[in-house]
Amino acid sequence: MKENIFKQKHLLSIEDLSAEEIDLILEIAESFVEVSTRNIKKFPALKGKTVVNLFFENSTRTRSSFEIAAKRLSADLINFSASISSLKKGESLRDTVLTLEAMNPHIIVIRHSASGSPNYLTTFARSSIVNAGDGFHEHPTQALLDALTIKQKFNTLRGLKISIIGDILHSRVARSNIILHHKMGNEISLIGPPSLVPKEFEQMGAKVYYNLKEGVKNSDIVMMLRVQEERGSGNYFPSIREYRKLFEINQETFSLAKKSAILMHPGPLNRDVEIETSLADSDKSVILQQVTNGIAIRMAVLYLLKGERNEIIN
Amino acid sequence: MKLLIKNGRLIDPATGTDNTYDILIDNKKIKEISSLIKKNPSIKTIDAAGFVVSPGFIDMHVHLREPGFENKETIETGSKAAAHGGFTSIACMANTSPVNDNRTVTEYIIARSKEVGIVNIFPIAAISMNLEGKNITQMDDLVEGGAVGFSDDGRCVMSADLIRKSLEYTKMLDVPIIEHPEEHSISGDGQVNEGFISYKYGLRGILNAAEEVIVARDIILQERIKSKLHLAHISTFGSIDLIRNAKKKKIKVTADATPHHLLLNEELITTYNTVYKVKPPLRTEQDRLALIKGLQDGTIDSIISDHAPHTRDEKDKEFEFAPFGVIGLETSFSVIYDRLVRSKIINLKRLIELFSTNPAKILNLKTRGMVKPGLPADLTILNLNKRFEIDENNFLSKANNSPFIGWKGQGVIEYTIVNGKVVYKRS
Repeated sequence: MKENIFKQKHLLSIEDLSAEEIDLILEIAESFVEVSTRNIKKFPALKGKTVVNLFFENSTRTRSSFEIAAKRLSADLINFSASISSLKKGESLRDTVLTLEAMNPHIIVIRHSASGSPNYLTTFARSSIVNAGDGFHEHPTQALLDALTIKQKFNTLRGLKISIIGDILHSRVARSNIILHHKMGNEISLIGPPSLVPKEFEQMGAKVYYNLKEGVKNSDIVMMLRVQEERGSGNYFPSIREYRKLFEINQETFSLAKKSAILMHPGPLNRDVEIETSLADSDKSVILQQVTNGIAIRMAVLYLLKGERNEIIN
Repeated sequence: MKLLIKNGRLIDPATGTDNTYDILIDNKKIKEISSLIKKNPSIKTIDAAGFVVSPGFIDMHVHLREPGFENKETIETGSKAAAHGGFTSIACMANTSPVNDNRTVTEYIIARSKEVGIVNIFPIAAISMNLEGKNITQMDDLVEGGAVGFSDDGRCVMSADLIRKSLEYTKMLDVPIIEHPEEHSISGDGQVNEGFISYKYGLRGILNAAEEVIVARDIILQERIKSKLHLAHISTFGSIDLIRNAKKKKIKVTADATPHHLLLNEELITTYNTVYKVKPPLRTEQDRLALIKGLQDGTIDSIISDHAPHTRDEKDKEFEFAPFGVIGLETSFSVIYDRLVRSKIINLKRLIELFSTNPAKILNLKTRGMVKPGLPADLTILNLNKRFEIDENNFLSKANNSPFIGWKGQGVIEYTIVNGKVVYKRS
């Protein structure tokens, strides 16, 4: 069976995946997209399995996306939200997870502000761990849903040029996308101020630009990142006004990309900061399609991971 | 109490000795060193044939955690760990609770170390009150109470004016200022070495420059002041360059490095294993090789463990939330001997300089770091042929946060003798 090429017990990062595994996830997700247009959207694939959403950071879209995905696969779902401050003062992450594991879940979906936390969980947890975003490290399901959206648009994931614009330094979405598109052999340009786009990212197979117009030229995909003021980006550039002046994507700068180019954004948007609002709402934008695809991707990931846990239980 | 050590190869760089000798110890002191001292059934004798006898090792930079953090380590467990690692003297840093910024704490540490009675403990007192970097401590009083140097280790003295004043003030006391070089506004919340790896793995970085700007600042101040400046746990090639040039210009500066910075690099953090989280961070291979060069050419004067015990629970965390630090007292000699002496990167005499002769000089411990009649009998006896495998179950420290667990090699401590008393014997 084709699913045999998926070798992972966990989904921690795009880095861990082979190009074949990425293709497989997308292929399965595509079939879930197809059935999600039907009236009855539920499958029994994860019936009797328990998925825990363990979120230590505020998140609406990713958490609800995993929740819907798990429910459409007939899994039981527990939402566990906690603040990082309670982790620092009170129960440790290990104790929290061991407590949850005592209830025998099959998959734990974790979002955490500290990079590497999902990797840490795998050193003692028995469940399959899915990384729903760890610090500045990776956000693999985001890159996969982006890839699915790109594939739907261009009928391929190869031979494309993607420009990623904004706070690369603090972006897990950027890292997962860079790694994914490098694996697919695509051309990657990273655009932003030098303080947020260290030259060392070129060692990941990308090219760094400090000039928006130069960087987006001939792109197939223009991916904007949220300016994350809450991450302390404030010291990295003088003002939103100056940032907008240099790096906002608008009708004019977007026109330098290919005619067929699409505009992406992982959300939530800062309208008229990194992205001109009329462009965000234009037919170039695939932002809402990304959200829809998120469910299919997460269904595919949960679906592929569930088998591993079975072996352990039996 | 007499003790006779027969037929050991005595290597003492301070006296230029490298030969087989018998050493007689009487009443805590070296009584006689000669090629033949007759055995006497009434004198306890150690047969040191095939072993190397070294002046007792000195680790001039450890954290004993007492008073205040006895869950991590105590003066007693730290002393046992020191003896296990061949150290006859250790100097402990001031970041206890309360901070060692007053004579009462200094005297407590010394009194407690005498009660424990395993190794010599020399307190390093704080440069500034409560390590706050604002007002200097009562340095004369602290030295009178037994402090052998000053350091705000764990924090860098960020005020250039304060480091200037403390260097000036200690000129009349003849003790070193030990700087933890880290420009905190650059290092910030950094977790690991800043560079490709920190970017890729999404961890906040600490630039080499965080260390180097302080190394440069202190050297510039010291050029004029001519006090005693010692730079701790050097980790970057840029610092090595700065210190090497300062020494060429005859500026009075000394420096040390740790076994983990000498033997490990940043690539280990890619699994987010918190045992590799240290400050300064493990750097690149290029930095590591520059440190080795510094060991060879005399830029680095001593090897310290920066023994930093933490409980298992404290280290068992998300990378970002775990504390910095590794333990090292019980592994320093073996890993350095195996990886640097056996592979002929440095010779054994140089190792002894780094572990004993030089730290004694830097801390101005006039009667230590040397084997001579009349001096306290602090000796470390080495078995260079014995294989080892580092096993955390053998640690006498309370902590197990060692990056060297599982390492195999050759060269172990056979005996540790402090003031004529055997405080450790390999079993």
